Amino acid sequence: MRQSNAYVIGFAAVLTVVLGGLLALAAVGLREPQQKAVKLDTRTKILSAVMEIQEGDDVNRIWEERINSLVVDIDGDVVGELDNGTAVIAEQIDVGKEFKKPAQDRLFPVFQFMNEQGQVDSYIIPVYGNGLWDRIWGFVALEKDLVTIRGVRFDHKGETPGLGARITDGEVQDRYIGKKIYSNVGELVSIQMVKSEAGDPSIYDEYHVDGMSGATMTANGVNDMLLKYFKYYSSYFKTIETADKEAIEEGEQIEEIEESETQLIDEQANQ
Amino acid sequence: MSAQVSETQDIQVAKKPAEELFSKRRRKLISDPLNDDNPITVQVLGICSALAVTSQMYPTTIMAMAVVVVVVMSNLTISAMRNIIPNRIRIIVQLAIVASLVILVDQVLKAYAYDVSRELSVFVGLIITNCIVMGRLEAFAMGNKPYDSILDGLGSGFGYAWIILAVAFFRELFGAGAIYGFEVFNAIGLENFPNNGLMVTPVGAFLILGLIIWVQRSKTGYVEK
Repeated sequence: MRQSNAYVIGFAAVLTVVLGGLLALAAVGLREPQQKAVKLDTRTKILSAVMEIQEGDDVNRIWEERINSLVVDIDGDVVGELDNGTAVIAEQIDVGKEFKKPAQDRLFPVFQFMNEQGQVDSYIIPVYGNGLWDRIWGFVALEKDLVTIRGVRFDHKGETPGLGARITDGEVQDRYIGKKIYSNVGELVSIQMVKSEAGDPSIYDEYHVDGMSGATMTANGVNDMLLKYFKYYSSYFKTIETADKEAIEEGEQIEEIEESETQLIDEQANQ
Repeated sequence: MSAQVSETQDIQVAKKPAEELFSKRRRKLISDPLNDDNPITVQVLGICSALAVTSQMYPTTIMAMAVVVVVVMSNLTISAMRNIIPNRIRIIVQLAIVASLVILVDQVLKAYAYDVSRELSVFVGLIITNCIVMGRLEAFAMGNKPYDSILDGLGSGFGYAWIILAVAFFRELFGAGAIYGFEVFNAIGLENFPNNGLMVTPVGAFLILGLIIWVQRSKTGYVEK
């Protein structure tokens, strides 16, 4: 009986249904914790570009308090919702998917890191590109002057361990801190990782960092990725700069008024 | 006369008690794969993942746990079903069950240990093709009772686990100067101890595995026939 065709087919059918049902249950039951885990991971990565995340830190709380996210297009205009009316959430944008679209159709998330007073302290942008073997990506944090690098975090899919995979090492990423992406005359130069490794950071100017020995192709990928994404975001940076300038001018006027007011108060107090 | 016979039979039945929970035979089920019949070093199975995931202790530990869970659970399931599985499709039935278990493990890891699951990436999925799992199902679980099969699964699982953990120990120690991320050489004052790049690559795992096999076989006297 156990060898009859009917039994074999019946057995296979029952097994398929049981196992399929089990897996479907697991997928549905675990969906929520999985989404939470992905979200937490993204937030940790983004935050780690500007600050040290210790084990046990409440990443979600820091995120809610310190990060203000928005989405811009290639012209630097803020995108609130898609054509079909759904709201755009910066965190949920898959930079890898956007990378496949033509640049003018892409959405570019920006994460503003606020200081404790609620002013923008740093701008974090995602970057994405191709390494030697597979895709590489990361987050770049710029100081509020939008010129100086505050920190970078890179990750990769398949770079060679010990060579290209070193872009995930803190030591390699720290080489970018304090480097500048715009020249003195405001021209975008980005940052180049050079070929060969000198081990001495002092010999490089503000636009170059020490290379990774044996991983020039990966370094080229990183250079390419950085330059491209700084270009994509350059319109947005410009809008920020003009807004900042206006704000500073306004701020000066306000300060003058405030000063005269305090003088008045002082005078009154003296009297 | 006949009453006597049935009496002695009764006595015989009563005299044959259930096998001890950890009888000598059952202890051997667990202890054999740890050394004399180790799945990696003697049977040379599961090498692929032993090379790929062992660059650091932490992911290796998770991988070892995943394999133990899958071997034990699939051994148990197949052993419980062994009398109703049609012989002609037994391999595909085993495969379906192993695959389902592996996907379950993968899903759980994605939910509760996301960073490790990303690091292990495809190698969790590749437990399906780990010869240790299928090998134990076909060689043991198809012909033995569930409890024995669990013990056999534990033995093989831990046999795999301790080898990959040993490999990972040396690879992380010499490749990154750390154990579970704790920087050993810095802690004992050897700050300039150079990291060995070879250990970071799978080649390092090959070498260490070879050394372990060498030491083990020189002790046990095992020779390939």
